[in-house]
Amino acid sequence: MKYLLLIHTPDPNSQAPGCDAPTVEEFMAFHKTITDAGVVLGSNALDVEHATSVEVRDGERVVTDGPFAETREMVGGYYLIDVPDLDTAIDWAARCPGSKGGRMEIRTIWEPDFA
Amino acid sequence: MSATAVEEVFREDRARLLALLAARLGDLDLAEEVASEAVEAALHRWPTDGVPDKPLAWLLTTARRKAVDRIRRDRTYADRLAVLQVEADRAAPPVENDDDIPDERLQLFFTCCHPALSPEVHTALTLRFLAGLTTPEVARAFLVPTATMAQRLVRAKRKISSARIPFRVPDSGELPARLPGVLRVIYLIFTEGYAASAGADLMRPDLADEAIRLARILHRLLPREREVAGLLALLLLVDARRAARVDADGAQVLLDDQDRALWDADAIAEGQRLVVPALTGPGVGPYAVQAAIAALHDEAPDLAATDWPQIVALYDVLLRLTPSPLVALNRAMAVAMVDGPAPGLALLDALADAPELRGYHLLPAARAELLARLDRTAEAAEAYAAALALVTNQSERAQLDRRLSALA
Repeated sequence: MKYLLLIHTPDPNSQAPGCDAPTVEEFMAFHKTITDAGVVLGSNALDVEHATSVEVRDGERVVTDGPFAETREMVGGYYLIDVPDLDTAIDWAARCPGSKGGRMEIRTIWEPDFA
Repeated sequence: MSATAVEEVFREDRARLLALLAARLGDLDLAEEVASEAVEAALHRWPTDGVPDKPLAWLLTTARRKAVDRIRRDRTYADRLAVLQVEADRAAPPVENDDDIPDERLQLFFTCCHPALSPEVHTALTLRFLAGLTTPEVARAFLVPTATMAQRLVRAKRKISSARIPFRVPDSGELPARLPGVLRVIYLIFTEGYAASAGADLMRPDLADEAIRLARILHRLLPREREVAGLLALLLLVDARRAARVDADGAQVLLDDQDRALWDADAIAEGQRLVVPALTGPGVGPYAVQAAIAALHDEAPDLAATDWPQIVALYDVLLRLTPSPLVALNRAMAVAMVDGPAPGLALLDALADAPELRGYHLLPAARAELLARLDRTAEAAEAYAAALALVTNQSERAQLDRRLSALA
């Protein structure tokens, strides 16, 4: 079963005081652990400062900067993993340093065979 | 043998059958479907052929055969299910003895109460799949239309299947975090049965019975978990007073006015036996403490002879374990029995601003009670009126009405 673990990183400007953001070293250690476990299909960190949106309306492309005018958190990275069930996915997500101070979102990769 | 008699035979087996199939097939929908087909086959065959010696083994074999047929027929199922597992199951020697069949209801409890599902769905799934209620019965329990409940159940089953919520018992590391969720669901089913949130009847005894049945099953499956024993003890000790809680007119009777001869001595004895091990040792849990409080009430010959200082001490423990204004309210009433109504009232007044108690009729009702004992009649009447404006259950309303008129 494939799951996408989205790492929601809080906006550093709105972060609650006293809440320690995870360190780069913690992320590197986790990355090694999950990679060594052989469950990672893909993983990347994302630029949290810049994003571009595009919508097509009446055949016209509308390209905008953002979106993040109002948002308090950004997707800062992801892991695409293949594990037996949701409990295992929850377990990996909880171990990811992104769950500290931030939030991990677990999405199931939709497979057409699923009714 | 009549069809109803047959239904009785597998009243409990049905949930076991479903749990076994769900764990084997990894799909609640398919499990439900083939379990129903097996039960239907039994309803058709057993009245004429007689009930087999091993009814559960018969049902399991029949359901598995139907699952294999179904998987062969249906490409989409064939693609996604562990066909080989089912085939292997079928190749394995048939189960001869019901005693050899593992009880997998525990897995099903944890799946139904999985934190990835919303809390309201936990109760619905547990009533549907573990208590074996029909969808219209579950809908009645929630006071929602059947179609609404059916849709809620379908959505939940779809999430279980598409997110692949596993059918497994959490390991010992996870159990302390997951078990309270299951206990809470059983407790909520019981409280809704014990004091219906709406409607004419004070109690919906069917739900209280189901909750006790579920707590018994869970206790049998997890005999060493003290909070499971504590919960079962609590339900038995509170439910023991059922016959005395409502008068002939259907009005609620409070503890001080209850005819204690009507209390169920067997249920009290069973609860008392369970509460001792539940309370003993370090790390006592909130259900065991509440059960101990209930046991002290049940043991007392009357209100005055109740061990109120011990009850206050237990509420102190409970307040530390689960700080909540509702526990504080109950503690204040116990304090009033030990130190008198004035100190009790002072504690109640300190709760006046608790957001959790806003709109809750029991706070003004408790104040009215203590004001009346202090002969502050006008204020008591005012507080009863405030409680009456908030109460939703007809039977509790009747009781409050009666207390208000008794003031004059």
